[in-house]
This record gives sequence, C-alpha cells and structure tokens, in this order.
Amino acid sequence: MIIINREDFPILNKDLIYFDNGATTLKPKCVIDAMNDYYYNYGANIHRGDYKISLEASNAYEEVRNKVARFINAKSANEIVFTSGATDSLNKIVFGFMKNYLDENDEVLLTKSEHASNVLPWLELAKIKNIKIKYIPLNQQHELTIEKVKESINKNTKVISIAAITNVVGDVRDINKISKIAHENNIILVVDGAQSVPHMKTDVIKDDIDFLAFSAHKMLGPTGVGVLYGKTKYLEKMAPIEFGGGMNQYFEVDGEVEYKSIPTRFEAGTPPISEVIGLGKALDYLESIGMDKIYNYEKELKHYLINKLKKNPKIILYNESSESGILAFNLEGIFSQDTAIYLDHYNICLRAGNHCAKILKDEINIKNTCRISLYFYNTKEEIDKLVEILEKSDDLYKIIL
Amino acid sequence: MDSELKREIIVDNYQNPYHKGLKNQPDYIKANTNNESCIDNIDIELKIEDGKIIDANFDGEACAISTSATSIFLRKIIGKTIEEVKELINNYENLINEKDYDENKLGELMAYDTIYLQPNRKTCALLPVNTIEKILLQMEEEKNWK
Repeated sequence: MIIINREDFPILNKDLIYFDNGATTLKPKCVIDAMNDYYYNYGANIHRGDYKISLEASNAYEEVRNKVARFINAKSANEIVFTSGATDSLNKIVFGFMKNYLDENDEVLLTKSEHASNVLPWLELAKIKNIKIKYIPLNQQHELTIEKVKESINKNTKVISIAAITNVVGDVRDINKISKIAHENNIILVVDGAQSVPHMKTDVIKDDIDFLAFSAHKMLGPTGVGVLYGKTKYLEKMAPIEFGGGMNQYFEVDGEVEYKSIPTRFEAGTPPISEVIGLGKALDYLESIGMDKIYNYEKELKHYLINKLKKNPKIILYNESSESGILAFNLEGIFSQDTAIYLDHYNICLRAGNHCAKILKDEINIKNTCRISLYFYNTKEEIDKLVEILEKSDDLYKIIL
Repeated sequence: MDSELKREIIVDNYQNPYHKGLKNQPDYIKANTNNESCIDNIDIELKIEDGKIIDANFDGEACAISTSATSIFLRKIIGKTIEEVKELINNYENLINEKDYDENKLGELMAYDTIYLQPNRKTCALLPVNTIEKILLQMEEEKNWK
C-alpha cells in the first residue's frame, strides 16, 4: 500500500531511492511552486503594508502562522515563532528564556541520545551559569523509560529537554506522561520535535508541552525555516537574542527601546518569507494525507524492513524495537561509510556516521552506523531493492574500490 | 597495476593494517585527523630522531581507503628522512590530484591511482598525508620555539 502519488515529488521520477529523511526530506512540487509563485508574483517584503503585493506577502506569511498553530494544536498563532530551524529554536529557548529563568545549582535533564542541537546550547549555558546538565539513563535498548525519568528528578531539576523521537535510536518517547511528571514537579518540558512533528500527530495542548522546536525541511518544506512554539506565559518572559528591524516599536539614541509583542519580537530582520510560504504548503500536503496514516504506514514499513534485514546474518541492527521509521545498522566488518558508498553506487541514499548524536557512542559502544530513515513516500519495493543489494554485498569492495 | 591487485592491496591493508595501535610515549608527536567532510577519525604518532622517522603508528576508526592508505604510508616512511617524507607526500598528492608524479617512488601507493574518478574519496586517500603534515608542522614549530 502506498499512500501518495509519487509523481508529486519530481526528484522521485529519477532512479533514486531516498532513505535519509531524518536528515532532510524531499519536496513535493506544490511546495516549490508556492515559493516560486511568491518570487514571481508578489515578492515584496512583509509588514510594509503601503502597497498591494506587500500586503499579499504579509497575509500569506501570517496565514502560515495560523496553519502551524492548527497543525500542532496551539491555542494561539502568537505562540508560533518562525526561526531558521530547530537548532535556532532551541538556541532561542536556551539563551532567550533559560538563561534568565535558571538559577545557580538548578539542574537540566537531557539524554545521551539527543541531537547536538539539544545538547550543545545547554553545555554552553552551563559554562556561563552555574547550572548542572544531567543525563537520564537509557535502558538496554537505548530507549528512555518513564521510571528513569522519575528516578532522575530531584528538588533542583528545573528543565527536562528531550526529543520526542530521537534521530538515531528512533525511540518514541511518551511525551504525555513525561509532561505530567514534569509539571507535578514544577519542571519545564522542552521538546525537540525535529524527528517527530513530520511523522506523527503533535498536540501541544493534549501533551501540555511548554516549548517545542522543529524544522520545515524535515517535513517536505524548504530549508532555512523552522518553528519555536512556546506557551504564551513563557514567550512573554523570553528575551529576544537577535535585535534589529521588524522587532522593535521604537528606539532612541540614548538606548531607550521598546520591542514589539510576541511573536514578532523574536523575528528580527527580514524573515525567510518564501520558505514560510513553502512550509504552509507542506502542512497542507501532510494534512491531506493525515498524520496518523503517515505514522502507521511508516511503522508498517519499518517492521517490513526489519523482518527482511534480520534474515541477513551479516547485518547488525541497533534499534529494532523502536517504533519509528528510523533504523541504525552496520554490515559486519564494514565501516559504515563504505556501506553508504556501496549503496550510493545503486542510487540508494542513506547516511553513515554518528548522525550528530556524538555522545550516543557512550551508550551503544559503537561510534558510527548506517541510518535508514523512512518517510511516507518510501515503498516496500524500495526496501526489497535495498535488502537485495545488501545481501549480495560480498562484492562490496569490488564496487567501491 | 591491475585493478584486482589494487583492490587486494587496499583490502589487505584495511583488514590487517600495519602499525595499528598507539604507543603514546612522550617522545612521539601525535596528531588527529580533522576531516570536516567525513567521519574518519584517526590518530597518527611519529617518533622522529635526527631528522629521521624512527617509528610510526596509528589508531582509530575510518573507511577502507583512509585506513589502508595510512597503513601503507606509515610503513613506507619509517626509516626515511623528513625531506624524503615530504617528497613522498608531494608525489602522492600529485597522484591523487592528477598531476605529474614519479611512479617508482610510490610503490604500493599506486593502488590509489584511480581515486580521482571518485572525487568524494580523494579526502579519504589524503587523510594520512594531511595528518603527517600536521605532525611535521608541529615539530617545526616546536623547533623554532626552542
């Protein structure tokens, strides 16, 4: 069963099997067309309402804010800040909000399977503020359990900052339960949604999420734009970390300044207008399929993939139990990059390396893996092809050398 | 060199590399690869006395091409003077970058003479020499400082 029209994705018309969706996804034609339409027909700056095409651009831009709010079920579009991506969103949360919010000896809980963008801002903050960064232990499958979350909390814990789905292990965290535990203990929950928002229904009200970060390009949208969601009460207390045009009410030579209200306060400079418009189209596209359908389809694909790969004794799987479309593996005795180059010979794209989760090596005792990350346009036929090529990999060096 | 032999040299040196395992002694100078475009991670250490390479070792995780090239390179430079090593590096870089080179001086390194056909693998093949150059630079800086 395939749930979309593959012709919507021009790049798939080439002989290409794309399994690196955790890094970035392919773009449907409607997204590219919407961006071109802006540049061809109304490519003005926003918030300069003196002429028609500027108003049109402003409306298109702000309409996407409403769409994003609906997509993640935020109470208000004012809770949606456009950023350059999930990395930018997390940096704004850490340095715009947490820097002021956290006091000496406060503790932040992360895990070792987090992406660099949810570790490094915290480590940097710990250098300038006397706070402690701690890691919630993972289980044997390198997954996060509710018990360990509970055990890791103490009276100094002020923040839990974790991915809803991690980018190498691919475990789907129970954000609903973790949020309840966090709030019972007066802890703020920051969710890195880069790998979850594109693949499953996100509901910031139901899961009572305080801050959420995600990127457009991992969900059919363009590069260069992402989203920071924050509850109004927190965004009101968050300080801008970038200053310039578009975000101020007025300023005087003596330094007297007043900033605009949320969320505009956090969008200094000309934003990525066409990219935001592209993101809007991507959301339309995803909604036309349905997030639950996407999630279930990807799970089905992953089970199919695992069952097939397990029959190959040369393959080592690292995360077969996780319930997302991410699978990390190695061919026995072959360096991950060599495997990736071998597969590239057959136009199969996947990623080799540590996938920006550089402290995960402490957990799985292996630095580098090949990662397959599926999306809803992948098919069982593509998986069959991959499995077949991995099976005949005895001639790998003949192909790559 | 025919392609079967080239492949054999590379795979042998990858699966059973020479000089693998660092001694980490104070009289060795060490450098790490810092290749921003790939995930290879290799440390090389050299022991240099009177302008000559006395010992050379490496350790780390890397692809077949960089591991094998490191193995072959280290084997070749032991016993050579720094000038000779520099000449070898120069020759080898020319081979990888499709410039003029002296085939007689390269020996087994000729296994990499078609790497230029895969431009994204050039950095793999050049990994050991970049790291050795780093060590030589480090050594010269130390000497100047003294």
